[in-house]
Amino acid sequence: MSRTLTYREALREGLDEELARDPNVVIMGEEVAQYNGAYKVTEGLWKKWGDKRIVDTPISEAGFIGMGIGASMLGVRPVMELMFWSFHSVAFDQLVSNAACVRYMSGGLCNCPIVVRGPANGGTGVGATHSHIPEGLFAAFPGLKVCAPATPADAKGLIKAAIRDNDPVYFMENTLLYGNSGEVPDPAEGDFVIPLGVADLKREGTDISLIAHGRSVIHALAAAETLQNEHGINAEVLDLRSIRPLDVDAIIKTVRKTNRVLLIDESKPFGGVAAMISTIIMENAFDYLDAPVQRVCSIDAPAIYSPHIEAEQLPNPRRIIEKVLAMA
Amino acid sequence: MTSANPSPLDFASSPINQALTPGRKIELFTQMVRIRRFEQAGLKYYQAGKIGGFLHLYIGQEAVAVGTISLGGPDDHFITAYRDHGHALAVGMSMNECMAEMFGKQTGCSKGKGGSMHFFAPDKNFWGGHGIVAGQTPLGLGLAYGLKYLGKEGCCLCYLGDGAVNQGAFHESLNLAALFDIPVVFVIENNGYSMGTSQERSSAYGGCLAQRGEAYGMEWDVIDGSDIYEVRAKTHIAMERARREFKPTLLEIDTYRYYGHSIADANHKKYRTPEEIENYKQNHDPINVFRRKLVGEGILTEEEAAAINKSAQEEAAASVKFADESPAPTIADISTDVYWESDNQTAASKIGRHFFDS
Repeated sequence: MSRTLTYREALREGLDEELARDPNVVIMGEEVAQYNGAYKVTEGLWKKWGDKRIVDTPISEAGFIGMGIGASMLGVRPVMELMFWSFHSVAFDQLVSNAACVRYMSGGLCNCPIVVRGPANGGTGVGATHSHIPEGLFAAFPGLKVCAPATPADAKGLIKAAIRDNDPVYFMENTLLYGNSGEVPDPAEGDFVIPLGVADLKREGTDISLIAHGRSVIHALAAAETLQNEHGINAEVLDLRSIRPLDVDAIIKTVRKTNRVLLIDESKPFGGVAAMISTIIMENAFDYLDAPVQRVCSIDAPAIYSPHIEAEQLPNPRRIIEKVLAMA
Repeated sequence: MTSANPSPLDFASSPINQALTPGRKIELFTQMVRIRRFEQAGLKYYQAGKIGGFLHLYIGQEAVAVGTISLGGPDDHFITAYRDHGHALAVGMSMNECMAEMFGKQTGCSKGKGGSMHFFAPDKNFWGGHGIVAGQTPLGLGLAYGLKYLGKEGCCLCYLGDGAVNQGAFHESLNLAALFDIPVVFVIENNGYSMGTSQERSSAYGGCLAQRGEAYGMEWDVIDGSDIYEVRAKTHIAMERARREFKPTLLEIDTYRYYGHSIADANHKKYRTPEEIENYKQNHDPINVFRRKLVGEGILTEEEAAAINKSAQEEAAASVKFADESPAPTIADISTDVYWESDNQTAASKIGRHFFDS
């Protein structure tokens, strides 16, 4: 029997179950313990698990993420929260030169089973420095894995898979999804884990494929309803869920089915996830396309602050619908 | 000799050095000589074009790696920066695997994927070999955090150069080490130059670099790196503080490198005078200093020292032959050792595309 949980609660339940399963799992980050989490994802976990398992760190991302990487080489399994993924830049050397490369540079002698998680999104009126969307950036580094769940169930299933994975997994959440509710299987029915690398067909359709990840999936689903009801267009929505590993088979399958593709990606157009998906479609399914692949990304500028216009810089149902109608 | 009138600075008589048997002392001397001969062979074949990239030589600093690592027990761990050949040999890695790594061969310790700056031997508690200045300092902190988390009575010796002390990651590591009571000993190997820039031109400091530990409420000490006995005596205190009290220490070991920052550093004879280099060789070379002490203690003869030297030269020459004759990695090897799950052919590795070569 499923229950309804928020995205935040589902994540917390996943973290809690993994803390119970493996004594080497330790959660670290700024305000994760006594403050209960800047976004309350870890609320109650410190009270339940104590100082050893739930660790408040100073505002020192390079220091504590590097510390987690070092500890992971000895078998500890740190799950580190970035209050915003935007703060990746002050820890970049640790995230890419150490976490992504240490296995390779040691000829496979080291491994780095860490998870770095936190929100990676725009749309909250915090300006450019706090609105970076780096899933494409990190997926570009071999050695790293990246996922970006859109629903509560996916958030729980994927965080559990990420913690169990023996490679570094960068887990991108969204502050605007934390309060969304959805069905999540009851733990009494068994261990609920969603493997990395499996896309999910969130809506079946026949006329066009909307391929998205993260909050863009929610916009795509809303747009698909309007397209169906007002324009008679039956759109399919494929949620990538995981960026690397990537479910290439699911992408090719939906392209072959609908022959038209719109990619929706909150990152910027240049070198983002959508740019990579477009290349994969060209390489693997060119003959099945009836129209050029199109994209709705964030408008190509640093994230604007103004609450009056911010939502228009990001993908949204209106922009998706307009683009689909232009393709028809 | 030293035993006639021991002064407070006679570190040979400190308990940790008194505990050394004559055989163990000769072992330590031999390790130092092996490091030097290994590197001189490396230099020769770097100049002959057999080794790519950079070559950061440790020559002149041998007493630091050998002295400190000689104090390690089963739960003590080591991590350093890119000048890593000395530490690698001191933890017990073979000349063959190290030379082959520099030659970029499959038989190298990192299968030819890391090179001179990235030697690793986790089975010997040695975690690299890291190329970015100070990038290894949070990792060393993390290894020590891991030891404490896992309930081991051990510490991590985390080495860095004097050029690394001005990086943010190092200061973040000091703060976390003191804040969380982490059993880590940071060892600044101060050879006086951050690449071509002298300490005076790169660092703001009062008495010394280690004094920066005071700002974090951390114990610190300064050590003469030309005397292996002093290195051992003072480092031992820091390691015991880490193991027993979970308190970090910042050590500064004054040393000197004969050669440039790397062999690509063509200017190293311009920013240092010939007299400066010659004075060090004559009066402070850690191998010469230790040899004279051992001869003075009646443990070693000059003839035996010469034999150790010759044997190390032969071992180094043999490692060159081994490296030269070993196979290079294949194109297929480029794509392994990227993901643990893929290398181990796990179920997770078979789901979704991990590599995007078209």
